[in-house]
Amino acid sequence: MTITELAPTKTIDARGMACPGPLLNLIGAIRQGQVGDIIEVISGDAGSKTDIPAWVAKAKHEMVKIVEEPTFARFIVRKAR
Amino acid sequence: MTARVVVLGGGVGGTLVANLLKKSLKSDASVTVVDGTGMHLYQPGFLYVALDQANALWLTRDERTLLRKDVELVVDSAMKVDAAAQTLTLGSGATLPYDYLVVATGSRLDREAVPGYGDTHDFYSMAGALRLREELRRFKGGKIRLGIAGIPYKCPPAPVEFVLMLDEYLRKKGVREKSEITLLSPLNRAFTIESASKLVQPLFDKRGIELRTFFNVEAVDPVGRNVTSIEGESVDYDLLVLVPPHRGSTVIEASGLGDAGGWIPTDRNTLQHEQQPRIFALGDATNLPISKSGSTAHFEAPVVASRIASLIRGSAPKEAYGGRVMCFLETGGGRATSLRFDYAHPPVPPQPSRFWHWAKWAFNRAYWVTVPQGRVG
Repeated sequence: MTITELAPTKTIDARGMACPGPLLNLIGAIRQGQVGDIIEVISGDAGSKTDIPAWVAKAKHEMVKIVEEPTFARFIVRKAR
Repeated sequence: MTARVVVLGGGVGGTLVANLLKKSLKSDASVTVVDGTGMHLYQPGFLYVALDQANALWLTRDERTLLRKDVELVVDSAMKVDAAAQTLTLGSGATLPYDYLVVATGSRLDREAVPGYGDTHDFYSMAGALRLREELRRFKGGKIRLGIAGIPYKCPPAPVEFVLMLDEYLRKKGVREKSEITLLSPLNRAFTIESASKLVQPLFDKRGIELRTFFNVEAVDPVGRNVTSIEGESVDYDLLVLVPPHRGSTVIEASGLGDAGGWIPTDRNTLQHEQQPRIFALGDATNLPISKSGSTAHFEAPVVASRIASLIRGSAPKEAYGGRVMCFLETGGGRATSLRFDYAHPPVPPQPSRFWHWAKWAFNRAYWVTVPQGRVG
C-alpha cells in the first residue's frame, strides 16, 4: 500500500477527550463514512490499545496500523464494509 | 459604530453567551438571539419525564424571560448564513447583518436514518419522553432493550442512567420479575469512561441488568420485533428504546458551514470556526469529539463571550476553553455519582451516594435562575 492510499479520509484527535472517548468517536466516523475510507484516531488513553483493535475485529473492518508515539498512539482503520 | 452580534439558538449555550456578552459590552454591541420556537427546553429533564418522576411543564420556559431585557429576541427560523456577506436570512425572508455570529443550534434528531425506526421509543425529545411514559405506565412485563443508533449523541451517561432508573421503576410497579432489561452498549463496557464503568458494572450485576457489548444499532424490524447491529448481531424485544441518530442543524448544512454530520469545524481552544474567524460555535453544534451536553455548552459560553468581547474592543482574546465538563450520573435508588474532567484531567468519579443525587436534584431545580444568567461558573 502506498503512502497516498494511507492518507486518512478523516482524522480524529481524541487526546484528552475522556467522554465520549476515542473508540466511540471512531465508531461514529465509521458509521458516517464510505467503504474504503481511512480513519485515523489519535488517543492518549492506554485502554485504546485493546479496545480499538477488539471492536475493529468484531465489526469486521481493517486495523491497518497502530503507530506508537511517546505519549499517544495513532490508530489507522479502514472501513471494509 | 455599535458592533452587531447574532446568536443562533436559545438553548443553554446561546442564552448564556447572549447574556454574558451584553453584560460585558453594554452599548458597545447589539446582541440578538434568533430561536425557532422562543421556548427554552431543559433537556436533562426528559429522562425524568419518561420515568414519571417529573412534570413536563417544569422543563420549558419562555426564552424571553431568561434573557436580559437589553438582548433582542427574534422568534423565527434561521434559514441560511452567508459568511462572505456576514448576513443571516430568516424564515420570514428578513436579513440580519452581523459582525460576529455564534452558532448554538444544538442537535437535530434524525430518526429516519434508521431503517424500520417507525414508532420505536426514545427519551430524546419532549414528545418522545411523553409517549414512552405512557407506554411504561401500560407495561406489564417483557423484554426491554435500550440501544444507541448513532454517534455522537447527547449526554453519553443517559442510557446508563435510564436502565438503572428503569430497574427501580419496574420494581416499584411490581413487574420487574416478569421483565428483562438489556443495555445494548456500543462499547465493550457499560460506559465510555472506564472508571465510571467500574462503578456501574456491579450495580448492573446486582440488579440483573444485562449488558450486551459492541452492539451499535443499525436497523429495526418492527414486525419481527428484532433489532440488528452494525457488528452483525440481532436481539429480540418487546419494548425497544433507542437513542436516535443526531445531526447538526439544517441551517449549518444549508449554509455549507459544517462537516458531513452537519457539525461546525471548531477549534478546541478558541471555539472559533476553523475557516470563518467571525463565526464561533459551542455546545452540540461543534464537531469537537467531546460530550454533547448542556454542561459542555455552559463551560464554553464564557470563553465565547469573552473572546468576542475582546475582538469587539480591539484587544487580543485571552480566555481559552480547556475542555471542562461536569455532569451527574444517576445510579437509581436515590444515589448518583459525578464526572468532572477537562482535556488534561480524566474523571475520577466518587462512589454513588445520596449526596450527588441531591446535588443533581438541586441543580435541576435551580437551573432556571442560575445557569442562563451566568450565576454559576
